[in-house]
Amino acid sequence: MVSGSGLAGALRAGRFVVTAELGPPRGADTDVIREKARALRGWVDAVNITDNQGGFVRLSSLAGSLVLLDEGMDPVMQLTARDRNRIALQSDLVSAAALGVRNVLLLSGDHPSYGDHPDAKPVFDLDSVQMVWTARNLRDRGQLLSGRSLDPPPELHIGAVENPFAPPAGFRARRLAKKVRAGAEYVQTQLVFDISAFTRWMAEVRELGLHERAHIIAGVGPIVSPRALEHMRTKVPGVWVPDTVATRLLRAGTEGFTEEALRLCAESIHRIRDIEGVSGIHLMAFGREHLIPEIVDRSGLDRPRFEVNACGSRERSADAG
Amino acid sequence: MPSPPAVPTRPGLSVRTLYRLHRLLEPNGAYRFVARVLERRAWLRRLFTRTEESVKRNVFGCRMCGQCALPVTGYACPMTCPKQLRNGPCGGVLPDGGCEVYPGERCVWLIAVERAEAGGHAGDLERLHRPIDQRQWGESSWINYWQGRDDGLWTEPGGRATPVDLGLPVLVTGKGDGER
Repeated sequence: MVSGSGLAGALRAGRFVVTAELGPPRGADTDVIREKARALRGWVDAVNITDNQGGFVRLSSLAGSLVLLDEGMDPVMQLTARDRNRIALQSDLVSAAALGVRNVLLLSGDHPSYGDHPDAKPVFDLDSVQMVWTARNLRDRGQLLSGRSLDPPPELHIGAVENPFAPPAGFRARRLAKKVRAGAEYVQTQLVFDISAFTRWMAEVRELGLHERAHIIAGVGPIVSPRALEHMRTKVPGVWVPDTVATRLLRAGTEGFTEEALRLCAESIHRIRDIEGVSGIHLMAFGREHLIPEIVDRSGLDRPRFEVNACGSRERSADAG
Repeated sequence: MPSPPAVPTRPGLSVRTLYRLHRLLEPNGAYRFVARVLERRAWLRRLFTRTEESVKRNVFGCRMCGQCALPVTGYACPMTCPKQLRNGPCGGVLPDGGCEVYPGERCVWLIAVERAEAGGHAGDLERLHRPIDQRQWGESSWINYWQGRDDGLWTEPGGRATPVDLGLPVLVTGKGDGER
C-alpha cells in the first residue's frame, strides 16, 4: 500500500484516530478555511473537506484540501459521483495526488434535487463502488479505465463511506464488503446516534472480516439546538436520530441544549471506542467546527502525537511555508 | 440520453416467474443466429428494439441502458434509481424504505434485495458491477446478451473481504477497442 499521509500512518500504527469534517465557504476566499483549520490543528489526525455538500455550491474540495496542506494539516478530499464523470474523476484523483493530497473519500453524493441547483444534470456516471475501484486501478495498476497507462501512478489512500442505519438493515455490511473488495482502505460512517444499531452492524462487519481489511471510523457529531435537531430528523437524508436521543436533548431545554449535546458526544465516543473493530472517530459539527477540540478533550481521545505541542506545530508549518 | 426520468419501479411480474422466463431466454445457437440476423437489417433491429423497449418499460420501468443488470438484481432495475447506482442502495434511503429523491416510492435496491433473497439468489447481491458503456443507451440489451457482449458486466459472487481483481471494464461493443 502506497501512502505517506498522516492519517494512513496513524491507522497503520494502530492508533485510535480522530478526523473532523470542514465545510468550505460559499465565496472566493480561503480565510474561513484557514481559521477553522487552525482551530483544529493539533486536535485531529486529518480533516475532511466536503465536496459541494448537499448539492450546494462551495469552494471545491481540492482547493480546500490544498489550503489545509498549506496549513500543515492532512486533508481528506471528498469526491462525489454527482458532479463528475469518469474523465473528471480520474483527472481529479491524479491532480490531488500530484499536489500532495493523499486521502480521498469517494461517495455517490446527495442528489442535486436537495441542493441550490435542483435544475442541474445529475452525472452519476460511476457509482461509489466503481469510483473506489477506479482509484485502486489508477494507483495499483497505473491504468486509466480506458486501459491507457499512467506514469507515475497517483499515491492514494482510498476511503469510502457507509450508513449503518439506512435500510435494508441486513444488507449494509454486505454492501460495505463490496467497497472493501473494490479497494477501500478506510471507511467513515454516517453519524452514530443509535449505539445498539451500530453495535449490531459492527458485529456483521466483523463477521465478514471487513475490519481486518479496512479501518472503520465511526461518525459522531453534536446536535447543537432544537432547530438543528428538527433539521437533522427531517431534512438530512440518511441521518437516524432515535426518539430516546431526541427526548434527552429536548429535556435539557434551549439553555442547556449544546451542553447536553456535547455530553452525549463524549458518551457516544466512549461507548463506540469499546466496540471491537472500530479504528477511530470522525467528528461532524456542521459549521460548528470550534466545538471539535472540546469534544476531543471531553472524550479523552488521544491527540495526534506529532502535534501535541501546538507551538511546535506552528513553527513546523512556518518552516514549511 | 434516456427519455423517461429515473423513478424507482417495482417490477410487474413475480421474481420466480422471471427467473423461469430467463431460462428460456438464455443465449444459445438459435438466439445468436437471430441476433445476427437482426443486426444485419437496420429496420428489423429497430423494430425488435422497440418491442423490447415497450415490454421492458411496462414490466420493469426500463430506460434502455442497453446493458441489462436485471438477472442479478432480482429483476428490479437499478437504472430506475435516480442515481443509477448499480452496486446497491445509497445511504440516503429513508427509515421507511422510501427513496430520498422520491419519498413516496420504495428504494429500488430494497426491492431488489428482497426479491433476490426471496428467489434464492442472495449471492447475486455480492457481485461487483463494472461501469456501464454510456454509448449503449437505446440499444437492445437482448441482442447484446445473446451475442455475449455483456458477459463481463459483473463479477462472480463472493462476500468475503478479499479484494477482487476487477480488471478493466469490458466494452460492450467493438467500438473503441483500439484504445487499449
